[in-house]
Amino acid sequence: MKSLSEIEKRIVYLDHAATTPTHPDVVAAMLPYFTDHFGNPSGLYEISRDASEALSSARESIAQILHSRPEEIIFTGGGTESDNLALFGIARKYGAKWGKHIITSQIEHHAVLLPTEVLKKEGFEITETTVNEHAEVSVENIIAALRPETVLISIMYANNEVGTIEPIAEIGAAIQRWKKDNGRKPIDPPFLHTDACQAAGALNLNVDELKVDLLTLNGSKIYGPKGVGILYVRRGVQLVPLIVGGGQENRLRSGTENVPAIVGLARALEIATEKRETENARLAELRNYLWAEIQVRVPKVILNGHPTNRLPNNLNFTILDIEGEAALLYMDEFGISLSTGSACTSTSLDPSHVILAMGKPYEYAHGSLRMTLGASTTREDIDHVLEVLPPVVALLRSISPLNLSMDQKQENIAAHSAFVEDGVPHWMKK
Amino acid sequence: MEDTNAKPLTTSDMQTADVVNPHTKQKWAYSPIVKEHFFHPKNLLLEEPAPDQFDARGTVGSPACGDVMDIWIKVDPATERVVDLKWKTFGCGSAIAATSMFSVMVTENDGLTLTDALKIKPQDIMERLGGLPNRKIHCSVLADKAFRKAVNNYFHAVGKHDRVEVEGARVIDARMNITDKDIEEAVLEGALNLEDMQKKLKVGVGDPAAIPEIEQLIRFYKEKYFGA
Repeated sequence: MKSLSEIEKRIVYLDHAATTPTHPDVVAAMLPYFTDHFGNPSGLYEISRDASEALSSARESIAQILHSRPEEIIFTGGGTESDNLALFGIARKYGAKWGKHIITSQIEHHAVLLPTEVLKKEGFEITETTVNEHAEVSVENIIAALRPETVLISIMYANNEVGTIEPIAEIGAAIQRWKKDNGRKPIDPPFLHTDACQAAGALNLNVDELKVDLLTLNGSKIYGPKGVGILYVRRGVQLVPLIVGGGQENRLRSGTENVPAIVGLARALEIATEKRETENARLAELRNYLWAEIQVRVPKVILNGHPTNRLPNNLNFTILDIEGEAALLYMDEFGISLSTGSACTSTSLDPSHVILAMGKPYEYAHGSLRMTLGASTTREDIDHVLEVLPPVVALLRSISPLNLSMDQKQENIAAHSAFVEDGVPHWMKK
Repeated sequence: MEDTNAKPLTTSDMQTADVVNPHTKQKWAYSPIVKEHFFHPKNLLLEEPAPDQFDARGTVGSPACGDVMDIWIKVDPATERVVDLKWKTFGCGSAIAATSMFSVMVTENDGLTLTDALKIKPQDIMERLGGLPNRKIHCSVLADKAFRKAVNNYFHAVGKHDRVEVEGARVIDARMNITDKDIEEAVLEGALNLEDMQKKLKVGVGDPAAIPEIEQLIRFYKEKYFGA
């Protein structure tokens, strides 16, 4: 093991689940729409027609990849907006007539969980299904939670923190059966929404095979621009818009279309789809090498998420006895960007809700690190991480008073009475 | 893209290494002093202490909570000056930096007396560090709490039981059994007005008579920790 002072800094970006750099081809595709074809797509003259045509062909290209119709693609201002539109849009359209119940899971992104909090105030009941130790939702649990008044089921395609892939197609098939058995037409609720932001580029996005009614994806996770997303809405499924005004996007999202970003998103999705198989294989191999070597070089590490059924670029693990933010700061000093589920890095100071939902103790969340590989990641990058991580861990362990055991259980810790104020953790005092 | 100046770390390297929250993209304003104390913490206890190396020890926090602070002190019985203070922590960057700074403040210039050392407030540590992000102040509060425990243990050990001070908690909202300590913690976690406080603790909701005192406590702790 090299000592830290012997190691040279090298920029290694391992936070592709947070966001990705924009692909140069995507930037090139976008540029003319800032300056030359800058027109408002609603106009009738030539400059506007150029923009309008670009909008149509972007929509068609995305529709082709999703195996949908172009008019089923709604452009939005990003993944969060798409999720919000799906949740609020369905709830407010169908809630009064069909019922006020929504099913989601404990590990959803906050862009889904926080809208459900708002909907509770509008009289909705929310069932958050639990997940197993690998962060997998169960089809049976979801079907068991279905009620006549359920209008929406929202389950993410792949988890952003631990990378676990959820059985969306099976859930979709089970919901279709339930609807048939209960005399519901395909365009009657309940509907299935999936947030595919993390999955895009890595997994199959065919909406018919996935049997989803609504699907979110965005540009910033697939080497496209930030601030642009789509919501796929199956024909016949209705929404109440969040943003009203000029009536763009089939009246579901008013506001002049962000043409350069939309062109960029379409181009990014084309590139990602083209490279999917080869890139998946390359990333999985690098990721597997990274994890295998970490287990050899760093004692007391535990994988978070599913051992195999996970995104090919995602590694999330816990290093016992050290705190994630301190590790993050040290890794950053050597040029490595990664993220942690530690309470210290969230604005709310709450530890990762995903790690806790898997039944892991709080300590595991505080000491968790997420490394998400991407297009630029090389074997040399991984070797740099493998060089820096062991001495950083050794250093932080040398100043840590802890010595946790590898088979810690959440319930043992929850009974702990050693908090600063001899109480319960602050995030449980809600 | 390699930075060959990174070996070994210098203070100027650290000044440029601002950390960005991966989820919120918010930049943390860690001062150069914070970084210096984080990357080169002072007064760490790295080896098992010898049997009479220290007079007392104080531990607070829990691994589940994300912070554990362990402080050892050696006191000159004649002058009551703290002649040595060592620590260990399981904690984030600011916990490490704040404890390191606290250890320097207590031991510099031949050491503070116990009476003076106990007067160090989180605000004082913050000033010496050149500031910490507001919501991270919580971490540094552990250093003085662990020290307070160590000093109490010292007073017990030398038979001066009358000098042991236990910060008692006082019930503010009898219905919810919420104490001033709960309110202090909530302020540290960012509840700086009554509305946020009630969101967090439901304090005073079933006991409106307690509200004036709750508001007073919010102001008090806000001033204590955030100086405004």
